[in-house]
Amino acid sequence: MTKLLEWVFGVSLLGAAWACVTFDLLRVSIPPAYREVAWPMPLYLLVSFGCYSLATVGYRVATFNDCDDAAKELRGQIIEAKEDLRKKGFKF
Amino acid sequence: MATSRQAAGSRGDGDKYSVLLPTFNERENLPLIVWLLVKFFGESGYDYEIIVIDDGSPDGTLQVAEQLQGIYGEDKILLRPRAKKLGLGTAYIHGIKHATGNYIFIMDADLSHHPKFIPEFIEKQKEGDYDLVSGTRYQGDGGVYGWDLRRKLISRGANFVSQVLLRPGASDLTGSFRLYKRAVLEGLIECCVSKGYVFQMEMIVRARQLHYSIGEVPISFVDRVYGESKLGGNEIVSFLKGLLTLFATT
Repeated sequence: MTKLLEWVFGVSLLGAAWACVTFDLLRVSIPPAYREVAWPMPLYLLVSFGCYSLATVGYRVATFNDCDDAAKELRGQIIEAKEDLRKKGFKF
Repeated sequence: MATSRQAAGSRGDGDKYSVLLPTFNERENLPLIVWLLVKFFGESGYDYEIIVIDDGSPDGTLQVAEQLQGIYGEDKILLRPRAKKLGLGTAYIHGIKHATGNYIFIMDADLSHHPKFIPEFIEKQKEGDYDLVSGTRYQGDGGVYGWDLRRKLISRGANFVSQVLLRPGASDLTGSFRLYKRAVLEGLIECCVSKGYVFQMEMIVRARQLHYSIGEVPISFVDRVYGESKLGGNEIVSFLKGLLTLFATT
């Protein structure tokens, strides 16, 4: 199953469950209070997923390591490499 | 080299590592990356060879590579040039054909990938007998140098979306510093058709699809010291296209 199909499958499953509760499709007389809670659920889910995404990406951007030492080390090694290569007869 | 534990090739476990270096206009960087590779392979004592696949660079990269071959020997530096730019996937296929190692490293020749991590890749691979080991900028001590906020945001955002959609079981999808078992790389390349950034992503997504095991090593990514690094609107659009293609087909 492709990722796309997995998503379609998951979303339809959730959607079906939601529709069953909100519109009482199975005629099991769900109390109106439950149905009122259920109907805006997709929106809540969407909004909370959006918040989660923003928070995650924001946190990861803020904590992205800046490898200043790695850059410094590399610059040193470049100088060392050039000297050594010249000694070995390399012409830049 | 006082820190050498053993002479090159004397680890005696029979493993050989072929480094594929596709180049295009890397005259400045090639001697430096080769020097670093020789240094760190030499210090760690693993058997290796470096295969330079130059795609007809007009700046004389091939002449530079020939000089390096003269210095380090034809058994260590192999030149497998091609007449013109033909893409990354075919460069790897071309390189593997001539590789004698049972493990293959792929990395960029522009010094953004530092050979000092090579022993860590090898140790990681041996630790879990992984089919492939991928360098990651997003975990542990991994990171980047030379990226502004915009670049970081795009990178993290793209990575998050890809993780959500593809669940690949690896944290760095577009990184291109990786160690493969030779047969695994050969098999993967056969089924990968994407270009550019997406190629590396497709490789790791297909690897998961084919149930290969994946190990990860944190790496620092130092953005090009020489030359321009590119990330424009075109790259982003083609990345999104590739992402959606993989989403629908894997």
